[in-house]
Order: sequence, then structure tokens, then C-alpha cells
Amino acid sequence: MTDSVRPDVLIAFVAMMAVTVAARVGGFWVMRYIPITPRVRRMLDALPGSIIVAASLPMVVSGGVVVIIAIVAAMTVTIIRRNDFVAVIVGMAVAALARALGFSG
Amino acid sequence: MKSSDHLHQPAFWSRDAIGPGIYAIAPMLPGTAAFGLAFGALCAQKQFSLTEVELMMAIVYGGLSQFVAVQSWPDHLTVSTIATLALLTATVNLRFALMSASLRPWFGTLPPWQAYPAMLLVTDGGWLAASRYRDHGGANAWFFVGGGLVLYVVWLVSSVPGFLLAEQLADPKKYGVDLVMPAFYAAMLVPAWKGARRAIPWAVAGMVALVLHRFVAGDWFIIGGAIAGSITAGLLDD
Repeated sequence: MTDSVRPDVLIAFVAMMAVTVAARVGGFWVMRYIPITPRVRRMLDALPGSIIVAASLPMVVSGGVVVIIAIVAAMTVTIIRRNDFVAVIVGMAVAALARALGFSG
Repeated sequence: MKSSDHLHQPAFWSRDAIGPGIYAIAPMLPGTAAFGLAFGALCAQKQFSLTEVELMMAIVYGGLSQFVAVQSWPDHLTVSTIATLALLTATVNLRFALMSASLRPWFGTLPPWQAYPAMLLVTDGGWLAASRYRDHGGANAWFFVGGGLVLYVVWLVSSVPGFLLAEQLADPKKYGVDLVMPAFYAAMLVPAWKGARRAIPWAVAGMVALVLHRFVAGDWFIIGGAIAGSITAGLLDD
């Protein structure tokens, strides 16, 4: 039966949806009650870069040689070409190539 | 003129930002599709039906959280195992709350019935592209919504071939798929660089994230690091 939905699975999906929607809407909603002073604005402005660094730095550090080389390659491409698309493709290709050559990570 | 003045410009809707919005998230599309492919393949191995997979893709719409949940999917769903799945999903997706919070100064100027549905489109890639657009003075809401809708549709469609081809993509790392998000992040940081002083919060975020990643299980390092960086920016005077 490839087209059936099990009731218990549906309930689990709805629970996962509920917490995810709460996160997406919740952050936006909370900021309604926090006046956007210059300080709060500085905090919000710093959030994107902080999320980027916090999400990727541990992965880069624990990812080993392959990930570090791939990230450096992607950033180098961005500095030279300013093209996100090429940067992502180069990052993936470098990692795939390094792994094919037997490097781990 | 202070550098943050343009951020006060209220949001508006004009369709001429749909094209640029889609163009901005275009680098994400191959990675999103590859991720969806791999996820569809994983679900096929875990005995989900195709309808179930599509349902999850459509209503949860959080790639990483879905991956983690399906990886640790229990043999028997009970109240407590479903609660565990929900908790797992919440910790992985808590970063969406920070992302939508950062969109408040922009989308908060729209009527709530427009702003709240738009927040349902918050994803790493869509939010990142929109943040950069806003940072460069953009205010057109279609930029975020147009790109977000395309990401959503590509995400929905991508899992179907993966599900049907299951075995072919069993190891996405072989193709560097796990590098899509980090590489995109790295590419985003380069133009965001505005001198060492503006990068102090980033350094704090990175340090706190590294420590949390080392000593605390789960995905708390993203939330903890991001909040630490944000607080640092709040403490620094302009």
C-alpha cells in the first residue's frame, strides 16, 4: 500500500508540524512585545551572521580535512567571483572529489 | 546617515521582486533537490508510503528535523515516543524562531494576516537570502515570499524520485550533498563582512557554539551560539 497514511504516523507528523509552526511564528510574534530600541535592533542585525557562524563552525571543525578544504574553496570562489551558485557547486565538487580520492570526513 | 537607516523602510508588495527573489535562492535549488532526493530514499528504506512522505514534506517542511526524526523513528508510536519526536523536531527547528524574530522589523510593518503566513516559509536558505536583501536596503516582501514558494515546491517534488530510486542515493555524502548548506553559509558570510568590529558578535557566536557542540548533545549549539552573538552585539555600543 504505497498510498496509505497510517493514523499513528499522521498524529506524529501533526505533532512535528505543531512545534515547527510554533517556532516559525513564535519568534516573529514575541518581537511584537519587545520594543525595537537601537540596542534590540543591533541584536537583531547581528543575528543572521551569528546563526551562520554558530551553525557552520562546529561542523567545519568536526568535519575534518574534507569539509575544511571544501569550505575554503567555496569562500575563495565567493571572494573572486561573488557567485553563490558557483561557490556551492565548487564546495560540493571538492568534497566529492576528495572523498573519491580516499580522504575521510 | 547612519548605516541602519534604510532598515526602517516599511515592507511593501511589488511583483518586480519575484524574479530577483527566485534568482537569489537559485544556488540553493540543486542542494535542496538533492537533500529531498536523499530524504525520499531514506523514507523508502524506512517503510513509509509515498503519500506519507509527501505529507511530511508539506506540513513539517523542515529538512534537517525530518531527517533526524526519520533516522530515529520508533518501532511503535506511543504518546511518549511521539512526544520525543516532537521534542527532537523542536530543538532542531528552534533556530526558525530566531530567524523569524530577525524579520520582525521588516515584516512587522505588514498586516498580521500577511506577515504570519509568510513566516511559514522561513527556511535556512530563504531567510538567508532575504536577510542579505534587507541588509542592502530591500523592503519588497515578494522577494522573500517568491523565493520561499519556489523552495517549497522544489522541496515537495524532489523527494518523489528519491523515494522511487531509493537505493541509488543511499550515501548522499559521496556527492558532497552535506556540503550544500555549509558552502552556502560560507558564501553568504563573505559579502556580509563589514570590518572586524562588526564581526565581534560572530566570533563570540562561534566560540560559544564550539563549546556547546563539544559538551552538550543535540543541536543546542546553533541556538546558544546565535543568542550569545546577538547579546554581544547588544552590549557593544555603536
